[in-house]
Amino acid sequence: MSIISDIVESTKSIIKGMSVTFSYIPKAKWTVQYPEEPVTLQPRYRGQHLLHVDELGREKCVACYLCAAACPSDCIYIVAADDPRAPEERTGVDERYAEVYNIDYGRCIFCGYCVEACPKDAITHGYNFELSVYNRADLLKTKDDLLITKQKQSPNYRVAFSDEDVDSEYKEV
Amino acid sequence: MSVSTTNLPPQFEVVDRPLDTQMTISMGPQHPSTHGVLRLELVLDGEMIVKCTPDIGYLHTGMEKLFEYKKYQQGIVITDRMDYLNPLGNNLAYVMAVEKLLGLEIPERAQTIRVLMCEMQRIASHLVWLGTHALDIGAMTVFFYCFREREKILNMIEAASGGRLTPSYFRIGGLMMDLPAGFERRVKQFTDNFPAALDEFHTLLSGNRIFQNRTKGVGIISAEDAIDWGITGPSLRGSGVALDIRRSNPYSGYENYDFDIPIEHGCDVWARYMVRMREMAESLKIVKQAASRLAPGPVKADAPKVVLPDREAMKTHMDALIHHFLIVAEGFNVPAGEVYHAIEGSKGELGVYIRSEGGAKPSRVHVRGPSFVNLSALPHMVNGEMVADVVAIIGSIDIVLGEIDR
Ligand code: SF4
Ligand code: SF4
Repeated sequence: MSIISDIVESTKSIIKGMSVTFSYIPKAKWTVQYPEEPVTLQPRYRGQHLLHVDELGREKCVACYLCAAACPSDCIYIVAADDPRAPEERTGVDERYAEVYNIDYGRCIFCGYCVEACPKDAITHGYNFELSVYNRADLLKTKDDLLITKQKQSPNYRVAFSDEDVDSEYKEV
Repeated sequence: MSVSTTNLPPQFEVVDRPLDTQMTISMGPQHPSTHGVLRLELVLDGEMIVKCTPDIGYLHTGMEKLFEYKKYQQGIVITDRMDYLNPLGNNLAYVMAVEKLLGLEIPERAQTIRVLMCEMQRIASHLVWLGTHALDIGAMTVFFYCFREREKILNMIEAASGGRLTPSYFRIGGLMMDLPAGFERRVKQFTDNFPAALDEFHTLLSGNRIFQNRTKGVGIISAEDAIDWGITGPSLRGSGVALDIRRSNPYSGYENYDFDIPIEHGCDVWARYMVRMREMAESLKIVKQAASRLAPGPVKADAPKVVLPDREAMKTHMDALIHHFLIVAEGFNVPAGEVYHAIEGSKGELGVYIRSEGGAKPSRVHVRGPSFVNLSALPHMVNGEMVADVVAIIGSIDIVLGEIDR
């Protein structure tokens, strides 16, 4: 092949490639400017756990240890205790409740097995995903961090409607 | 100070011949184009490769051993982390092996969803390969477009399972849960738009002379050699051997789908590139067929002792609750025996071998990872090539180090 046709062919392929690139300039961008803009999460997204409470504000967990048994990375630590007070004053819905409920996020792999195991719907995955800390010990989250009444939700996400398009509509959490 | 060189392994042998032009260099483990942490020890003569020795193990996490300490259902989450570009394929290979041991019958809908998700995952895996392969060779734009398309697939996987990279969507006996509402519509949206993106990739790369010159005639491995080395998947089909487990040993209902097995006869990097590009179009065909076949039905097998009961039933029925407690707390009993089940992963034959001695935990799990076997043929492919071509050849066999080291 002569050098002329070489140059012509190369120029052609560069023009062809660049035409694709340039055609993108007016198009809508797919990139999300996180953290200036919140990211969209799907409803089933597995983020930091939430421990739920009932209408009266009592913890739903009955300290049955099923979540700890299901956990593949053994990161749930529970201490069960009895609360002999009257039902309205108790910490939990049942007499038995989890005095200590720790999840070690240095080990948790966000598999969702604990959520699947819980017979009381006491634990679910929330949507908080910004879990990085400066100190490893801070990855151990206690009930104070996990209870739905106490966990602070990050403003950096929003959750998509499951049956709506991922980018078009959002629901408030 | 003199160092004793007598007891060093042969690769560290100190060469003290002034006229010797050979030089040993270490490529990796932090080299960006080794796709993970792979170290290649290259012996060069000028720019030519005389010898190449892959050094693996930097990502070793002892996964196969870990399986022995986890209940069968807990093993699924480990498989996600092997080939992290094809987690659903890993899930499938593992759960199908366990299901084979248990003799479980999987409902139609669950099988179709498995095919649908696995083929989308294959496209996603090939997209990462395409993006990084092009990036290694010097074409940067394709990388961004590939990741944009992959993002759409990951969003769908996230919608179905809740995880993006580690979905653990398939469970022994079926699925984690059914697809979310409106999923078919999203699949349709994707399948409608993806061919245009694929055309774009072809425009950017296949017609690009620099890309062609970098890939044609490089990294040749003949069909006989490829078979001898045990290469499988697209890398083998690039050498003209039409072997695909989806066709030769169909599983999960693949025998009912209409698709071609793309093969190329170039035996070089370009041929392997073309095979994968055409494979994405074929996978798209399967996704469309699977989406059109989704009929309502159960997604979990009827095996109360193995499969977690429906959540509503668990809260209202005593026996369901008991089964739920037993499966979660104790696991389920798997009869003694050995089984090997292979699927066509995105990189080749992905096989899981399980030996059970009864009880809730396997006594041995071994994974035949395609990346590992394909990597072993790398020294053969790079022999006599230029240093700069090594990155193109590594890219063309599409390895994931998470699976190689396990
Ligand atoms: S998500 Fe998985 S790893 Fe994390 S606490 Fe729950 S069961 Fe354990
Ligand atoms: S969170 Fe649920 S599974 Fe875990 S101890 Fe509490 S009630 Fe039991």
